[in-house]
Amino acid sequence: MSRRGISGRQGVAGWTFLSPVVLVLGLFLVLPVFMALWVSVSDWRGRGSPFSGDVGFVGFDNYAAILSGDGRAARDFGTSMRNNVYYVALVVPLQTALALFLAMLVNKRVLRGRGFFRTAFYFPSVTSSVAITVLWLFLFSSTGAVNKVLSLVGLDGPDWFQDPRGLLHLLLGVVGVDSAPGALANHDLLGISWWEWVSGPSVAMTAFILMAIFTTSGTFMLLFIAALQNLGGEIEEAGQIDGANAWQRFRYLTLPMLRPTMFTVLTLGLIGTWQVFDQIYTGTQGNPGKTTLTPAYLSFNAAFNTQQWGQGAAIAFILFAIIVVLTVLQRWLLREKDGAR
Amino acid sequence: MTTTEVRSTPTPVTPKRRSTGARGGDVATYVVLALLAIVYIFPFLVDVATSFKTEAEAAVDPLSLVPSTWTGEAYSRLFGSSDFPTWFKNSAIVTVIVTLARVFFCSLAGYALARLTFRGRAFVFAALVAVMAVPNVVLLIPKFLVLNQLGMYDSYAGMIVPLMADAAAVFIMKNFFESIPVSVEEQARIDGAGTFRTFWSIVLPMARPAVMTIVILSFQASWNELNHFIVSTQSPELTTLTKGVANLASGALSQGTQYPLKLAAAAVMTIPVALVFFVFQKRIMNASSGAVKE
Repeated sequence: MSRRGISGRQGVAGWTFLSPVVLVLGLFLVLPVFMALWVSVSDWRGRGSPFSGDVGFVGFDNYAAILSGDGRAARDFGTSMRNNVYYVALVVPLQTALALFLAMLVNKRVLRGRGFFRTAFYFPSVTSSVAITVLWLFLFSSTGAVNKVLSLVGLDGPDWFQDPRGLLHLLLGVVGVDSAPGALANHDLLGISWWEWVSGPSVAMTAFILMAIFTTSGTFMLLFIAALQNLGGEIEEAGQIDGANAWQRFRYLTLPMLRPTMFTVLTLGLIGTWQVFDQIYTGTQGNPGKTTLTPAYLSFNAAFNTQQWGQGAAIAFILFAIIVVLTVLQRWLLREKDGAR
Repeated sequence: MTTTEVRSTPTPVTPKRRSTGARGGDVATYVVLALLAIVYIFPFLVDVATSFKTEAEAAVDPLSLVPSTWTGEAYSRLFGSSDFPTWFKNSAIVTVIVTLARVFFCSLAGYALARLTFRGRAFVFAALVAVMAVPNVVLLIPKFLVLNQLGMYDSYAGMIVPLMADAAAVFIMKNFFESIPVSVEEQARIDGAGTFRTFWSIVLPMARPAVMTIVILSFQASWNELNHFIVSTQSPELTTLTKGVANLASGALSQGTQYPLKLAAAAVMTIPVALVFFVFQKRIMNASSGAVKE
């Protein structure tokens, strides 16, 4: 179909139609990124415009202050990285597994009340993170519902959000390792010692981890349900005829066919879990003992509360880089193992 | 993250339901599902129940779903002697304007990308894809910088305008428009209708399912938005529910724990999204609805 004749008129219309979106996204998304890039290599401290003459270029000083040395900035960044690494390492696999499990259950052929269960599992995903955090602070308080339930089975729950003890440190304590063995105390990475790296998530962070699983498993369940319905029942039946048991059918038939959805879910999970902010802002502000500090919150805090705008912006870009690298890496890993695994 | 479900693959229209006799496994499935459903629902019931309890009872008996003495004190304090009504008003203003603007602007852009041929279209499309990849928290400081520079910091404009476009919504609209046969518009064009007229009175009405999807997603996203308002405002008169309740949670208004008050605030701020969710849940959860014509 030849559109040459009308393409001039369509050009005007096209750009007119696009202009609001292009303008808003350009002005409040693209332009700001470049402004922040400048701030991250400047010594701006929040006074006046970052583009005025008395703001200096400092090269990679802000990045260096965060990534090396044993100043406070480096220690805080190292701590926030440790916290977030444990958060990602626990939340992503657990929420994906739970989402898939829920989807398999809800998708069973002979199930009444499917709509009810779907709604129940999905509802936490539509409520605001602030409301859920408020609820969580209550449920996991020292006199809260969770500890009440634990006490019913004879367990003495901790004061979750006040407890900075690391889970792995607690476990090591059980086998008698209470303080850092020399090798772990003497080496450090990103400003904190290896011993601090192996602390595991703190009790407080564990409560946030459970919250993340609670709120996102429903969203990902929907993605898995859609994928499962696309697969249809034929393959299952073929497997049944071939004498495969339920686990084998799941492992060798369903799971490989869910690979594209799995990729989506893992990617969205990775992207989301590296951006933990709302919960920390609402709930703990990085406490107790900085064990719920995350890079996202640290970036905000450095800029808005301690006026270290350069460092705050630098943290944001490091975080951006981490997310991009992990996404690419993960795509590559899932490609490599095609068919096998 | 709540925007993801609508972009997913379409589900087949015909659910397969073959009645088989009850098997042992089914009972187990129901038991597991019921237990899980309790875990997912119970926290919300606790929230509502506790908001009607006295503070002492909330501490002593956090599990019971029926307060031993009912009290509406949390709610009367919330609405009578706090800024909560202002927060609610601000959230409502922002949500309504953002949602209307997103529907209009994103469907315009989606239509241009789906139907109009012009120089630079491919570039804009690629740019939109790239923009979607930028994580939200990376934009906290940048957004403040630009709002400050433009003199929009701490104003309704600064709260609303940056939220008015959403790349994901543009894609949903574009995909939908592409599924409408071109012949419909060609007829209108032959009749002499201009591009905007064709879009506004012929194509947009046909895109109602996609428009509804955008309405729902924008409503949820802007009602639940927190970090944009943290970096775009500071005055109490411009505080939204999310920001206000977040500050309430970290102890802004209170001595002591004040759990009934905080949980009442959490419950009230959940009501509008819950309503939208229950009214439109078929559309929200049938992942296909945004992308497939009805």
